[in-house]
Amino acid sequence: MARVKKDGLTFEEAIKRLEEIVYEIEDKDLSLEDTIVKFKEGMELANLCNKKLDEAERKINVLLKGEKQELVEDNFTVEVENDAF
Amino acid sequence: MNNNALTVTELNLYIKDIIENNIQLSNIIVKGEISNFKHHSSGHMYFTLKDNDSKIKCVMFKGYNSYLKIKLEDGMKVLARGYVSVYERDGVYQLYCTDIKKDGLGDLYLAYEELKKKLEQEGLFDEKHKKKLPLLPRRIGVATSSTGAVIRDIINVASRRFYNVNILLYPVKVQGEGAAETIVEAIEYFNDRDDIDVIIIGRGGGSIEELWAFNEEIVARAIYKSKIPIVSAVGHETDFTIADFVADIRASTPSHAAEIVVPSYSELLYKITSLKTNLYNSVNNRIKRDKILIENLSSKIKLNSPQNKINVHYQYLDNLRDKLINSTNNTLIKKKHNLMLTVQKLDGLSPLKSISRGFAAVVKNEKLIKSIEQVEKNDIIEVYFEDGKLDCIIKEKSEVKIWQE
Repeated sequence: MARVKKDGLTFEEAIKRLEEIVYEIEDKDLSLEDTIVKFKEGMELANLCNKKLDEAERKINVLLKGEKQELVEDNFTVEVENDAF
Repeated sequence: MNNNALTVTELNLYIKDIIENNIQLSNIIVKGEISNFKHHSSGHMYFTLKDNDSKIKCVMFKGYNSYLKIKLEDGMKVLARGYVSVYERDGVYQLYCTDIKKDGLGDLYLAYEELKKKLEQEGLFDEKHKKKLPLLPRRIGVATSSTGAVIRDIINVASRRFYNVNILLYPVKVQGEGAAETIVEAIEYFNDRDDIDVIIIGRGGGSIEELWAFNEEIVARAIYKSKIPIVSAVGHETDFTIADFVADIRASTPSHAAEIVVPSYSELLYKITSLKTNLYNSVNNRIKRDKILIENLSSKIKLNSPQNKINVHYQYLDNLRDKLINSTNNTLIKKKHNLMLTVQKLDGLSPLKSISRGFAAVVKNEKLIKSIEQVEKNDIIEVYFEDGKLDCIIKEKSEVKIWQE
């Protein structure tokens, strides 16, 4: 499901890469230069993840049949019944 | 005739004996419609099974009817398994039921088992075909009824976990004629779009007929063919449908499906934050470690630096110089002292000193005369005093021991 978006990575890919970077810095014997490069990349990925998390927009739609039987998206509102919710 | 007469009890017992010894009657399945159903307070069930032309009394004891999966009621068409025996007190034979199933379902169960076996052999349920769910789906496609608890539960649970959730509902018929077809259409529709990351198909629990759409082969194949991972949320906990087996993940309830599909916002946020902290700390530690290493190395290199060696030599050189100076001085002092001693000694031995005390030195031909043997009568000698000399002629020479007088 990895789809390339405008930021290049999906949330999942970004967080996976971030996990790899943390592992590499913690457990691999990287040169100081590599460490700094990876640190920078990791911080960018973390910010990207935060951004992706917050750019989501609440949308709950339902598909309805239009006049020519084509499917049209419309807002969906849950019928509120008299229960705990 | 009287002699041959049986009591009523004897007759009923005799008939009972014959019936109970009939193997066919000891385990039979009877098809009919329930009427006069009574669930006695004792827990036992009493009813009549009938068809258009005939009826038979039935009883199902508590020990058996507690296992029933269906609720018996008048007018229900059933298949009853049991044995026939006689209730002597009333002189009636009855069907003693051990198990009852709804009639018409037998075919469904059979079809279910057959399809399950077939698809399993084809590998549709194989673990290796199961797709992984996305961590953060951009949009969730839901195929279920637009009315009822399922979509409501999904939206509620999803919103609680991640308020900014994006759900697209494709309303489908979840039971009855054409239900399977609409479910297939929904799956295919979602696959044609490019913004759906995961699909939930679901309905609330129900009887096997109500859930039947989810046991249809076309639905199973549509799920298998889907490029998008599918979570099935059919039934409640215990009923497994074919769709459940083919789906990438089976959720026990629609709420559970939403929990599986929608990540918790706060958990994700926590995860990112802790990864960030880990990253920061590990780089920090790394730099600290390097710093210590560098400090160690630099103190080592300082110890071995040329400057340090030169300094060591400087010091040695200074030591040597001091030693040289000291030992030279010492020698000089010693020599001086010796000289002084010699001079003192010499001074003590000086003839001038003797002369100054009143002695005189006798010299002949520039030689000091120490004995009378060295001179003769009429020799000219010089006698030196402190303040001058006398030229003298020897008149007489005689031997005298001065020191003995």
